Amino acid sequence: MTESRKQDLARVANLVRQGVLEGVFNAKAGHPGGSLSAAEVMTYLYFEQMRVDTANPKWDGRDRFVLSKGHAAPVLYATLAQRGFFPAEELATLRKVGSRLQGHPSMKLCPGVDMSTGSLGQGISAAVGMALGAKHGGSDVMTYTLLGDGELQEGQVWEAAMFAAAKQLDNLVVIVDNNNLQIDGTVEEVNSPYPIGEKFAAFGFDVAEIDGHCYDALEGAFKGIVKNGKPTAIILKTIKGRGVSFMENNVNWHGAAPNAEQYEQAMAELKGAAA
Amino acid sequence: MKMNATRDAYGQALVDLGAKNKNVIVMDADLAAATKTGGFRKAYPDRFYNAGIAEGNLMSVAGGMATMGYTVFASSFAMFAAGRAFEQIRNTIGYPALNVKIGATHGGISVGEDGASHQCNEDIALMRVIPGMTVINPADYQEAYAAVMAAAELDGPVYLRFGRLALPHLFDENYKFEIGKGVQLRDGNDVTIVATGLMVHEALAAADELAAQGINARVINMATIKPLDVDILVKAAQETGAIVTAEEHSVIGGLGSAVTEALAEACPVPVLRVGVEDTFGESGPAKDLLKLYGLSAENIVCKVKKAIALK
Repeated sequence: MTESRKQDLARVANLVRQGVLEGVFNAKAGHPGGSLSAAEVMTYLYFEQMRVDTANPKWDGRDRFVLSKGHAAPVLYATLAQRGFFPAEELATLRKVGSRLQGHPSMKLCPGVDMSTGSLGQGISAAVGMALGAKHGGSDVMTYTLLGDGELQEGQVWEAAMFAAAKQLDNLVVIVDNNNLQIDGTVEEVNSPYPIGEKFAAFGFDVAEIDGHCYDALEGAFKGIVKNGKPTAIILKTIKGRGVSFMENNVNWHGAAPNAEQYEQAMAELKGAAA
Repeated sequence: MKMNATRDAYGQALVDLGAKNKNVIVMDADLAAATKTGGFRKAYPDRFYNAGIAEGNLMSVAGGMATMGYTVFASSFAMFAAGRAFEQIRNTIGYPALNVKIGATHGGISVGEDGASHQCNEDIALMRVIPGMTVINPADYQEAYAAVMAAAELDGPVYLRFGRLALPHLFDENYKFEIGKGVQLRDGNDVTIVATGLMVHEALAAADELAAQGINARVINMATIKPLDVDILVKAAQETGAIVTAEEHSVIGGLGSAVTEALAEACPVPVLRVGVEDTFGESGPAKDLLKLYGLSAENIVCKVKKAIALK
């Protein structure tokens, strides 16, 4: 990837992070930590990887994305807004009555959302269903789904993984945002999902484990996807709260909104980083 | 007499549907022989997917497939469909209003010998509380067949409940089934028996017995529990003044509750419920269990007399 393209993507990811904070601040609720950790991969997916049509969000030929970690809705909305699915001003309506931007994504309301999610472990199965549907119909549509690392504690994730491999869904890409933190502490303290890559490999996936904040690494992993009868798992090493100093690696920002002062500081940091 | 289980009709209807509609996908969770989806598997192996013993995944996968433009029938026993996978049905089928038909067989206590772990007397309650879910519990082969065809025509989630036990055919090919419409099978003005599923057979037998005793009971077959045909209920309440419901389901949350809720608001009259009381079942031959748990014409007759006394 050229340096200028990387800078373009970094600029978008920075705006996505600002959109996350704007939404959560105005809602006075939401999940900033696990949204900020996924800004690079979401930007990469929607600006480099996926085939989408913002003018026709329901286009049959689009690639599908399922936010299995539905609580990271702010990063999905901010990315969709940057991509042009709806105006960025709408991000301030997050979680408000009448908004299309529900606390967890609703496919019935928000343009660009391919599946309603929020209950952990279910999004990956829905993504498997999409990949199976695409394969059944002979379509070249790819399906991507983003999971949290804590989400791997849900047994349904492994039901879905087993089924995806058994059905040879090489049009499915399971991405894990491995920021190592969940509500009650580190994922190891709560109920360790490690080793994540080895588990997916044992389930029959091609596995890449990369720095989830590095565009070269993202490009390498996504360009490395091959149609060999195996689904792909990309494990992203990430930092929860990435980009806002006081939120980084701090579990208290899993599901809390900044106050006015904190919001000003966070936005100043992000705008400073973009300058 | 011709005898079939409603699950047999489900299997046949899927095969016939598959011939007409290439968009129909059938999924099962390792129970294709018992749920009768095996016929579809044999006829259209490329349109059948077995999720294995993983009902939660089955339902969410079905939801995902439905977003790709397919009509997906997802099958398991009622216990593992409505019970185990309740939340997957609620969140990845019901909430996004996806075009998935849940074909749940082995509903109710007539599962028999397998015992309480497999006797789902709670599924109608669980499914009808989901917004937008259509819930159908057919009474015989013909109605079950027609219900599958009607469900396939409806764009949205449907829960279809089928039984294991072979029953006499009540209806012929001329029977008109319409989702959301109750059907009056017998006229009468002293009381109305509103029944669903295999209890429709018992309701008709009870009406015969009551007639012999000089009580004219109206009998309504309420295959669709949601959306409920409130009009036919209000008319029955106004004209007969007392209602007895009959279902192979807990008296809590099923048809009895639905009818009571509707009439309490629209036309309050005494409503007595025949169903499985607040208890688990046990192993035994289906017909013995039906009697033992009060799912019988005799119990309906008894409740009818009590209901009339409350008028």
